Amino acid sequence: MIATSLSEAGRLLRSGATSAEALLDDALETASRTEAQLHAFLTIDADGAREVARQADADLADGIDRGPLHGIPVALKDNMCTRGVETTAASQILAGYVPPYDATVVARLRNGGAVMVGKTNLDEFAMGSSTENSAYGTTYNPWDLSRVPGGSSGGSAASVAAGSSLLALGSDTGGSIRQPASLCGVVGMKPTYGTVSRYGLIAFASSLDQIGPFTRTVEDSAVALTTIWGYDPLDSTSYQGEYPNPGARLDRGVDGLRIGVVTELSGEGFEPAVEAATTDMVARLEKKGVEVLEVSLPTFDIALSAYYLIAPAEASSNLARFDGIRYGLRVEGATTEELMARTRAEGFGPEVIRRVLLGTYSLSAGYYDAFYGQAQRVRAAIQEDFASAYEQVDVLVSPTSPTVAFDAGARTSDPLAMYLSDICNIPANLAGHPAISVPVGLDEAGLPIGFQVMAPPLGEETMYQVAAEVERLAGFEISPRALEVAT
Amino acid sequence: MSWEPVIGIEVHVELMTASKMFCGCAVAFGGEPNTRVCPTCLGLPGALPVTNRVAIESIMAIGLALECQVSERSVFHRKNYFYADLPKNYQISQFDVPVCHDGHLDIEVDGQTRRIGIERAHMEEDTGKSTHLGAGGRIHAAEGTLLDFNRSGVPLVEVVSRPDLRSASESRVYAQELRSIVAELGVSDARLEEGSIRFDANVSIRPQGEETFGTKVEIKNMNSFRSLERAIAFEIDRQIELVESGGEVIQETRHWDEESGVTHSMRVKEGSSDYRYFTEPDLAPMVMTPEWVAGIRERLPELPADRRARYAAQGLAAETAGVLSALDAGLRRLYDHAVLSGAPPRSAANWITGEVLAWLRKAGVDAREARLDGPGLAELIEMVDDGSVSSSAAKDVLAGVLSGEGRPREVAERRDLLQVRDAGVLDTAVADVLAANPGAVEGFRGGEEKVVGFLVGQVMKATDGRADPRMVNQLLRERMSG
Repeated sequence: MIATSLSEAGRLLRSGATSAEALLDDALETASRTEAQLHAFLTIDADGAREVARQADADLADGIDRGPLHGIPVALKDNMCTRGVETTAASQILAGYVPPYDATVVARLRNGGAVMVGKTNLDEFAMGSSTENSAYGTTYNPWDLSRVPGGSSGGSAASVAAGSSLLALGSDTGGSIRQPASLCGVVGMKPTYGTVSRYGLIAFASSLDQIGPFTRTVEDSAVALTTIWGYDPLDSTSYQGEYPNPGARLDRGVDGLRIGVVTELSGEGFEPAVEAATTDMVARLEKKGVEVLEVSLPTFDIALSAYYLIAPAEASSNLARFDGIRYGLRVEGATTEELMARTRAEGFGPEVIRRVLLGTYSLSAGYYDAFYGQAQRVRAAIQEDFASAYEQVDVLVSPTSPTVAFDAGARTSDPLAMYLSDICNIPANLAGHPAISVPVGLDEAGLPIGFQVMAPPLGEETMYQVAAEVERLAGFEISPRALEVAT
Repeated sequence: MSWEPVIGIEVHVELMTASKMFCGCAVAFGGEPNTRVCPTCLGLPGALPVTNRVAIESIMAIGLALECQVSERSVFHRKNYFYADLPKNYQISQFDVPVCHDGHLDIEVDGQTRRIGIERAHMEEDTGKSTHLGAGGRIHAAEGTLLDFNRSGVPLVEVVSRPDLRSASESRVYAQELRSIVAELGVSDARLEEGSIRFDANVSIRPQGEETFGTKVEIKNMNSFRSLERAIAFEIDRQIELVESGGEVIQETRHWDEESGVTHSMRVKEGSSDYRYFTEPDLAPMVMTPEWVAGIRERLPELPADRRARYAAQGLAAETAGVLSALDAGLRRLYDHAVLSGAPPRSAANWITGEVLAWLRKAGVDAREARLDGPGLAELIEMVDDGSVSSSAAKDVLAGVLSGEGRPREVAERRDLLQVRDAGVLDTAVADVLAANPGAVEGFRGGEEKVVGFLVGQVMKATDGRADPRMVNQLLRERMSG
């Protein structure tokens, strides 16, 4: 690799030591070497990317610098609309669909001079935790090709780990950035709800979905976030107030901060190596001067249940538009109703159908109060739990995922086991709070372990401050062994 | 047994905002299909809605005109159902917190004021339009369906009345009054023929004096006030006949067939449809601050009922007040200006609802472009009242003014329509007529009153109709009595 982080690539670019085109060649070369094994990408837009890279080089030569992402190879989860480039959400129902417009994040990346390499694989409509629910084949983990990369943004996580991009965007509805980041040994961050525009993100669960970056370093994460977030008049849920400066306190250390270790995110279901890595990191942070508190958030135990009522309910409505009438797959039928039903039956995979049915059921007359209504009350209770915890501590910490990367196929026939992969991540989505996963070590099998830092809404500055210290303390090296062996 | 009809009306009003409810596409009627569309109103993946502020102001104006409460906070809901011309397969609408609620509309029926409750006025988006090919436009057995999404996302206000209406004619008056309010507010074209205002009626019957409601039937597809009244009247009769012959009314939706004059069943509701309403997560709640509401209230125009009351207070008959009130704003302004310029209100109203309106309609001229202003009309009326012109000549003067020939007096002079009121001139004419008709004079003196009319006619003839008949009458009597 020419550069191991986007910040380093930026320095090399500006010193003239490399070019955007060389960085792109490096990324494309890595992709061509690894894609047969990883299948991180659904589409690679080499020609489009080359044009942009050349322009980026020409601009720099003319003294036009579009900022920290200028000339940086970037990958996008394939649920973000890209004008003129196929966007499928890894679903048959959108096979061949080419959006006529760019998502706001895509426009922001373009304006920032980023070079978009391609679209990455995901669980269909971001529903899953292993990227095995893609209609276009599984993505594998760069650290062990027999294991999953996590999900749903598994393609983005795998691409950054492998080096076929220096920044990849994912979306996190219930852990879909942080969990794959943890399993792939990279940094993955979910911003405060409303800070990154959802315009052009193919919706899974609108009140939970949030776009965020995968990077190789915490600094890169803060830099990327600064480019992609900001008020967007096209998204009514977009935050209009003042935004924090994510990278403001990366070097300050953590002395004097109070961190809470979440009691509920340990014990049964958590692998010993994961618990040990978490405890060890907390101890090291304590040595750096943080005050450590055990904090109990009892509602975390019911967060998963609430999530699996709210997210499918919204999804059942969000996915109603895929009906074969205006775009995407169409399976003909004798009547309009039959056409729609057949299109949806054939176009959606089993997990999507499961969730649409779940959601339809939980919104139905007679069940609404017991299911969707009750889940909304739990959601409010979780927010209250968080609020009282943040009266005592600045950030909350936990493992990102209860386990390291699991074997491909291990959980595909057991949806509940799969759903439990996101148990540590879901509360932050339900509350709309920011959270980040930082790799802190490997288990005995050499698989990455992630450490999660959660913060109150718009608490990104403190969150990154702690994450940067965690990164320094861990001294984690991204060297996906499987790829090296394989090539 | 005698039966009491119970009727509630739902009115859909398409707003004429510059842009659609949740995107920037233009709102207009007609045009090439699918030319006013974008990712949002086509329901493309990833597109999001943004609320149109002007539409919210429009619904607040409608609500305030109907004496509704405006909610301080209101939210959108998704109404989920699959239909080919509904691009997202859900409609963004409102459920339990509409923008406006609990108002009323007073209507005049047979000289009585009836207060009809307004349950709510809520905001939603319109659907696209389906055109079924072949099979006479019916969906079943159609060869294909064309979809036009130009209308998709056009802001729609639904005004729901309480079941307070008791007859077909009352329902018609309610609908007309509501239409006139919406038109007055200027928030909609309010054109029935273009579908920019649409009515559905819920009709049930119950024995006179009974408190509980009967089973209601929803009737659709009434595209004029007349068809609304006919459809409701038909439905009332149908239900009474059905029940009296031992049948039972079932809850269903019925379609009004204008040609055959009957309603026929569209679909039977098995329980109520489950639209799986839930809060629209893509839109933040709306907050209607008291200041915002007060600002809208201040800008409300004079409403038809208030205007009719004002006209009545100026001395106009109820019917004239109603007719004048329903005229377009240009003509009503002409009336107000004429009265301000001193014209007696009744005369001004009679001229405007009569001759002026007739002339404009015949000439196809819009009132705003008419060459007659308030002071001009007042001048014309004064000329009639003081005898400067005869009533029939005044009509010619008016035509001249409207044709742009000048002010009334100028026109009367130029067209030689001023009455001869010069006593000298008239004396001579009267003397000549009396001299030529000694028999008539004898008759008058013998008590034959009717000869005066004959003699006036002779003087008028001799003066080419320009003599002031009142003065001639007086002069003749003086001469013959003297």
